[in-house]
Amino acid sequence: MDFLNPVINGFAVVLEPTNLLYCLIGVVIGMLIGVLPGLGPAATIAILLPLTYNVEPVTAIIMLAGIFYGAQYGGTITSVLLRLPGEASSVVTVFDGYQMAKQGKAGTALGLAAIGSFVGGTAAIIGLTFLAPVVASFALDFGPPEYTALALLGILLVATISSGAKAKALIAAALGLLLATVGRDIFTGESRFTFGSLDLADGIDFVPIAMGIFGLGEILYNLEERHRAAKAPSKVANVWPSRKELKQASGAIGRGSVLGFFLGILPGGGATIASMASYAMEKKRAKQPERFGKGAPEGVAGPETANNAAATSSFIPLLTLGIPANATMALMFGALLIQGVTPGPQLVEQDPELFWGVVNSMYIGNVLLLIMSLPLVGIFVKILRVRAAILAPVTALITLLGAYTINNSMFEVSLVVVFGIVGYLMKKFGFEPGPLVLAFVLGELLESSMRRSLLVFGGDPMGFFGRPISATLLVVFVLVAVLPALKSMLAKRKAPAAAEPAPTKIKEKV
Amino acid sequence: MIPVKETSADPVAEDDLTPEQLAAQWEDEKPPAAGPLANAASSLVVLGVGIAAVILSVAMGLGTPSAPQPGLWPFIISCVMVALGLFQLIAGRHNRDAEKFTRMSISPLTGLVTLAAMVAVMPLIGFELPALVLCIIWMRFLGGETWRSTVLISAIVVAAFYGIFVLALGTSIPHLF
Repeated sequence: MDFLNPVINGFAVVLEPTNLLYCLIGVVIGMLIGVLPGLGPAATIAILLPLTYNVEPVTAIIMLAGIFYGAQYGGTITSVLLRLPGEASSVVTVFDGYQMAKQGKAGTALGLAAIGSFVGGTAAIIGLTFLAPVVASFALDFGPPEYTALALLGILLVATISSGAKAKALIAAALGLLLATVGRDIFTGESRFTFGSLDLADGIDFVPIAMGIFGLGEILYNLEERHRAAKAPSKVANVWPSRKELKQASGAIGRGSVLGFFLGILPGGGATIASMASYAMEKKRAKQPERFGKGAPEGVAGPETANNAAATSSFIPLLTLGIPANATMALMFGALLIQGVTPGPQLVEQDPELFWGVVNSMYIGNVLLLIMSLPLVGIFVKILRVRAAILAPVTALITLLGAYTINNSMFEVSLVVVFGIVGYLMKKFGFEPGPLVLAFVLGELLESSMRRSLLVFGGDPMGFFGRPISATLLVVFVLVAVLPALKSMLAKRKAPAAAEPAPTKIKEKV
Repeated sequence: MIPVKETSADPVAEDDLTPEQLAAQWEDEKPPAAGPLANAASSLVVLGVGIAAVILSVAMGLGTPSAPQPGLWPFIISCVMVALGLFQLIAGRHNRDAEKFTRMSISPLTGLVTLAAMVAVMPLIGFELPALVLCIIWMRFLGGETWRSTVLISAIVVAAFYGIFVLALGTSIPHLF
């Protein structure tokens, strides 16, 4: 049982009091911001990045991970009680969850969602435990060409799968790559785009960019949005679903776990897409699809299970390949880099305590969240009374003062404000901020592996196609880049007069 | 459970929207979309940044793929950016994803001004007073809280931040007291 040894050691790491405490802090914060509409998990993690400077890497990631999957639990509560999705990944829960609440079954809906979330999350951790070492050992042979291809594909997928115009998301990604080049060129030591500023000589830190674009940008954007007046939440009683209801929802929970797990692994996938896919699947499978939208328990259980499974499994590409699958994972990547840990295939072997500590902390986190969402749900329902008007200045001040503590300098604070403006304008003009941050994080890896590969290939870019894995990845890259354009061109030719389809897009809240 | 009529236009039946109607309602409540001018302007900004980066990259020296100079990689990215900007300028004219600046946009602008002012005066007079002013402006004027709760909560918030950042964590944040 050599394989299980590091896994068990990981539990020893989790059970250290500090780590347990940070796990608890993480899931409570996650649950809170999930309940409060407005700030999403990515924005919260960005704002709290300075908090992780003074703790061990494993502790920091345990907390940040807790925020991420905790938000998936919390987002359900507002969806069910107020018809306001707390998170983008809980939007589809609104459809049936709110109807159940209206029929006096709010408790049941929340209970089913919590149990589904727990099952989905736990199933995904088990999947992660077995799949991650396999992927990592496969990726150990990856050289610079494979990493070039992988990073390119990752950025492209995240940009094309995001909501909104694909060209705009790609522009945001290009801007992120460009920002990553500011500072000293690692190969020649020459300064790039520093304009003589000493502050820029070492490049732009990841934290002010993330805090500005995700954190402050989101806060400013929310100032404009008039939040629909919150009604008094319906009463929550009896969160324990009956055996019959559990049986009715068990299929949806099982399918949601599997679907979410696999969608979470894919770059650009993640909790939001998983929840929507699960809702669609449940509706398609149902014998009476007309029940959906009128309080079908499967319509709550399935998506809530899937979004948790996906939130967990999206750690796999980050921890095994060093490629973040979505914007939140890009923040984790940045947080690890700050701590001097480079996520990648060597992580499982070289830093098993970190790897298994983080993975196993999710079991504990999920148990804590289950407790918070079943017996303690009433407390979180009360938090709905906190008004956005009070929350906004508090989060803005946390951001500014937190930014100061990065380097004890006002330069970072000014950078955060500048990137806050950039983030706000990007959202206003329909540019997704996610691809920018992701590309910024991957920028250095991409440039250095591309230049190293070109050195190996003697300057011949065709060399990338001479290696099977990088060739395959690049072919996929080209397909992903070209297919949608071809498709839309063909569709236009076929039906020039047909009315434009109006897909209901759900805006990703970061 | 009383059966409710299916009349979506009636505000009384607002609670009984189907998912499709609900999605449509959210779509309606979104801020108005900006016109082609805003789309063109954002594309031009992208083009401008891209072209400037191309020029600066060329100035840094390109070299060859086997012996690259510092400018080669930024040059590649900025060329992609220029291409995407051009594409967006032409193909994205009628996109509906940009939002119009409305009277509500004054709120983020006010917020931004207070934030910038705070950054400017913080090194001089510490964070407490600017933070208090920022809280008051955001809660009273941007958030519509009453004066009573504004002043009370602002004072508590600033005191809490003082406690956390100065007393508990001992950070070197400029402070007056």
